Amino acid sequence: MRNMRKAWISLVLVALAVPLLVGSISTSHAQAPVTLNGAGATFPYPLYSKWSQVYAAEKGVRINYQSIGSGGGIRQFIAKTVDFGASDGPMTDEQIRQAGGRVLHIPMVAGAVVPVYNIPGVGPGLNFTGDVLADIFLGKITKWNDPRLAKLNPNVKLPSADIVVVHRSDGSGTTAIWANYLSKVSAEWKSKVGEGTSVNWPTGLGGKGNEGVAGLVRQTPNSLGYVELAYAVTNKMTFGKVRNKAGQFIQASLSTTTRAMEGALKAIPEDYRIFITDPEGRDVYPIAGFTWILIYGEQPDPVKGKALVEFLWWATHDGQKYAPPLLYAPLSKGLVQRIEKTLKTVTSRGEPLLP
Amino acid sequence: MGAILVALTSAAWPAIRQFGLAFFVTSTWDPVALKFGALPFIYGTLVSSALALALAVPLGLGVAIFLSEMVPDWLRAPIRFLVELLAAIPSVVYGLWGIFVLVPWVRTALGPFLKAHLGFLPLFTGPPIGIGMLTAGLILAIMIIPFIVAVGTEVMRAVPNTQREAAIALGATRWETTRTAILPYARSGIIGAIFLALARALGETMAVTMVIGNVPQIKASLLAPAHTIPAVIANEFTEATTDLYLAALLYAGLVLFVVTLVVNILARLLVTRVARGVEAIRE
Repeated sequence: MRNMRKAWISLVLVALAVPLLVGSISTSHAQAPVTLNGAGATFPYPLYSKWSQVYAAEKGVRINYQSIGSGGGIRQFIAKTVDFGASDGPMTDEQIRQAGGRVLHIPMVAGAVVPVYNIPGVGPGLNFTGDVLADIFLGKITKWNDPRLAKLNPNVKLPSADIVVVHRSDGSGTTAIWANYLSKVSAEWKSKVGEGTSVNWPTGLGGKGNEGVAGLVRQTPNSLGYVELAYAVTNKMTFGKVRNKAGQFIQASLSTTTRAMEGALKAIPEDYRIFITDPEGRDVYPIAGFTWILIYGEQPDPVKGKALVEFLWWATHDGQKYAPPLLYAPLSKGLVQRIEKTLKTVTSRGEPLLP
Repeated sequence: MGAILVALTSAAWPAIRQFGLAFFVTSTWDPVALKFGALPFIYGTLVSSALALALAVPLGLGVAIFLSEMVPDWLRAPIRFLVELLAAIPSVVYGLWGIFVLVPWVRTALGPFLKAHLGFLPLFTGPPIGIGMLTAGLILAIMIIPFIVAVGTEVMRAVPNTQREAAIALGATRWETTRTAILPYARSGIIGAIFLALARALGETMAVTMVIGNVPQIKASLLAPAHTIPAVIANEFTEATTDLYLAALLYAGLVLFVVTLVVNILARLLVTRVARGVEAIRE
């Protein structure tokens, strides 16, 4: 009995000591580890979680990112419950006013949006132009063998079937990019429908998420929809080429998207709040958009603020190499140089956080 | 309940002030111009649920009667188990099954069949694309049948055997026994089962949004795509970037809340009324 008791007591002592020991080891090991909390867009989530993993291993700074959607990300950013927000659509002037203080949109990567279709007997690479896409989505072109489509594709035999238009039913950055492009190339679209993360669609079926649109397009013969390039590639969907401003029909790819950024560089404003649609230049794909991280230009906490801008510097430089394997288009060189300047303007208590 | 109502109302307040009761009767849903009307969603919610009930009640009650009155004892447990298993399947799985099995079937078989034979009705016009109100009604029906079967069987089994024996002693056949002795006795429970199923259908989100087409329109044809309140909230909530937009979605949620509340109150009234009738029978 006595022995048993002794054993118990020592066991309890050990149990008490272990956490204390571990605790003292971890506190002595590193100065208080910084955790950056962010929330927002779902589209870049795979990349941000990869970054978070790599960055924690390299620099010991934890990035805790919750993909709750761009709308939620902007709301939490305005409410200042997170260290950074993330969004596929830029904040409106009204939202920036609500946020108070200097708001910075930092582009991280870009994604292209492609027209996907399912026409029995017709392969990939069908040619589209912006005004034809707009008129299809306005419900003005209703047949696949419409003369305007036939003229763009003289070597393809298009059926005389009705075009089943498929769009996103949920609010999404993909829709924002698509509607922004259609507004740029079609005055009628601009006045009748306009742009936004969700719009009042004149025609078509709604699918929830990229997978919903892809599912509907796959399932419905003679359908046409739009999805993120990454989604179309990984799911081996047939998608078309789109004519750019220079008059070339371009197949979307990571390189034609990055080139579009370079082409649009002059048109990109100081605050980066723009979609990369219908840019100048040769070999550029005309329908793409950034995904941004939102930060305040004046950081309340110098330690966290420094960690944040250092992370963004890393993400826009070394971090870019993780983008192509995950099918995001990396930032172009000219753009990164501009972002460097922007990051150097971030201050905390009036002091710049980067040298 | 009260807390939910208060929270919803206060969050929806900007939209309530802006649109008032016009929200219930207008059909524009334009997040760009910030004009919102919920009529197509209310219509879609009610019609898809009604359709589901119309399909599920006869079938569900039939199965319940079969399980309670006709099936041999050794077969009852396995059949009930299978039917109740249907209730345990997550709705997103129903949705996937809907996209990959039900939608193609409606597009290639059921839709064209209905068009060919009943195409003179406005209910079955337009191209059968497989996505739409009919498919949503079908999938909802499959989802709520287990509720009707499970509760229905239970209340019929609860009918005292003396009832059955009395009817049989009077020379009633098995069907006559069921019709005259069992169903009237179990009526309030059956109505309860149906309303439980209806409440489930009204609030179902995932499976519906995956097959209904998500287009806010009111079309007479059941083959046309439509939209429901839970579906629009689930679809648009995450990216609702402006305050009024968010408030409009919450207002739609409030409408759904009120609709289910009204349905439940109706069910209560009906059950108490019927129960009084049953008392009369018992006496």
